[in-house]
Amino acid sequence: MSLIIDSVAKRFARFPALNGVSLTAPQGAFVALVGPSGSGKTTLLRILGGLEQADSGSVRFADLNWLAMPARERKAGFVFQQYALFRHMTVFENIAFGLKVRPWRERPSRAEIKDRVAELLKLVQLQDLGTRYPSQLSGGQRQRVALARALAIEPRMLLLDEPFGALDAKVRKELRVWLRHIHDQAGVTSIFVTHDQDEAFAVADLVAVMHAGRIEQYGTPADVRRDPHTQFVSEFLSA
Amino acid sequence: MGGEKTMSARFSNPTQDPILLRLVLSAIAIGFVALFLVLPLAVLFREAFADGLGKAFRAIIEPDALASVKVSLMAAAIAVPLNTLFGISAAWAVAKFDFPGKTFLVTLIDLPFSVSPVVSGLIYVLVFGMQGWLGPWLAGYDIHVLFALPGIVLATMFVTFPFVARELIPLMVDQGRDEEEAAISLGASGFSTFCRVTLPNIKWGLLYAVLLCNARALGEFGAVSVVSGHIRGQTNTMPLHVELLYNNYDYVGAFAVAGLLAMLALVTLTLKFILEWRYADELAASHRR
Repeated sequence: MSLIIDSVAKRFARFPALNGVSLTAPQGAFVALVGPSGSGKTTLLRILGGLEQADSGSVRFADLNWLAMPARERKAGFVFQQYALFRHMTVFENIAFGLKVRPWRERPSRAEIKDRVAELLKLVQLQDLGTRYPSQLSGGQRQRVALARALAIEPRMLLLDEPFGALDAKVRKELRVWLRHIHDQAGVTSIFVTHDQDEAFAVADLVAVMHAGRIEQYGTPADVRRDPHTQFVSEFLSA
Repeated sequence: MGGEKTMSARFSNPTQDPILLRLVLSAIAIGFVALFLVLPLAVLFREAFADGLGKAFRAIIEPDALASVKVSLMAAAIAVPLNTLFGISAAWAVAKFDFPGKTFLVTLIDLPFSVSPVVSGLIYVLVFGMQGWLGPWLAGYDIHVLFALPGIVLATMFVTFPFVARELIPLMVDQGRDEEEAAISLGASGFSTFCRVTLPNIKWGLLYAVLLCNARALGEFGAVSVVSGHIRGQTNTMPLHVELLYNNYDYVGAFAVAGLLAMLALVTLTLKFILEWRYADELAASHRR
């Protein structure tokens, strides 16, 4: 049931984004991909989410040939840096979206959807804001809606692309503690991309330090901190 | 104390201009609108009703005039939906995908704006005329494009092609692909994503573009004039009929039909206004992030 990423590579027109990245994580783990911009962490995340196509390599997850599945069938809850909430829908409709677009055989009834959304609104502590539009919310609230929307589809995997990148430092710190809490409750394997090493080391079970399309070092935050394997990692940690 | 008082007296809102300047600017704007927009419209209706309501009405229900209304509405009814479809496809392709030749495509979409409508009409004469490339071959199958409705529709489509695409491309580029990606990752199909996410996000821009496209389609003169053949009661559109009546010194008739054309434009504008007013909340929500 674990996640096995095996030598995934991706080239963009002008530069290689990923040079054969391999990584294994147990089911339910919280993995942070950390590194400077352009290190390939977001590309790897988008490949896992099916929003980008890998040139080579394979991913196995929950005994599925992950990369062969179309994005819409992966059930990978994706949380974007700029929230990507549907701006013409209320908070309620945003969260219900993933349930409403299911093929009718699998679609929950209207009442079930309502209950499920109410439950999620409670989980992200936005019970009273279901009828608001995204433009009427603060950044932190929007990102919590985005997370609830991703959780609504009962994701196999949660993919978070710099989810707190657009928020101020105080809200960031609050939300990352809260995110970890949600993750432990839901028990979903989560991949978290950030350029902020404090954030990565504070919240994750496993940290992959990325640089120029490679993983420089991968391990628990304590191990990576104690014993940086390359010069890049030690410099990145001391920055 | 005294210093404080002068300070507060001197303070003025930095975005507030002096009253005189505001008056002058407002007067210029209102005067301009009155002179170039309201006055001609008033003159138009005054001329139309110069010999009384009845005569203006008879000029409109006269068979040739009614036929021209029919031709214009038919041309718009075909050209506008097709251009809407093409416009959405083009904007969708340009905004959401990367492909070689994209810049060239965008330039090409602008072509009808930069070419004189008369030239666009002549292009169709060259292609579909009896001395043209396809004319004799089509005539062999008894298909007549020139001096018939198909030619009018084609010329109208050519002239009004950019309206929808031009309006939607910047809008869709600005909105990015994030929401579509989110929809797909939540399990929506491509079609479902388009209907539930893309289309609702562009609907106001689209509505505006369709109204403009429709207004232009009804009013197009140059290109249609070249291909229509001016057959009274058959291939004359409303603008062409206005010209014909005017040249025959039938001023009441000309202004009555022109008035009808102007009314159609006013109806479209009113429609747009009502929709905007009715859905103001939604409109504001979809504009802001």
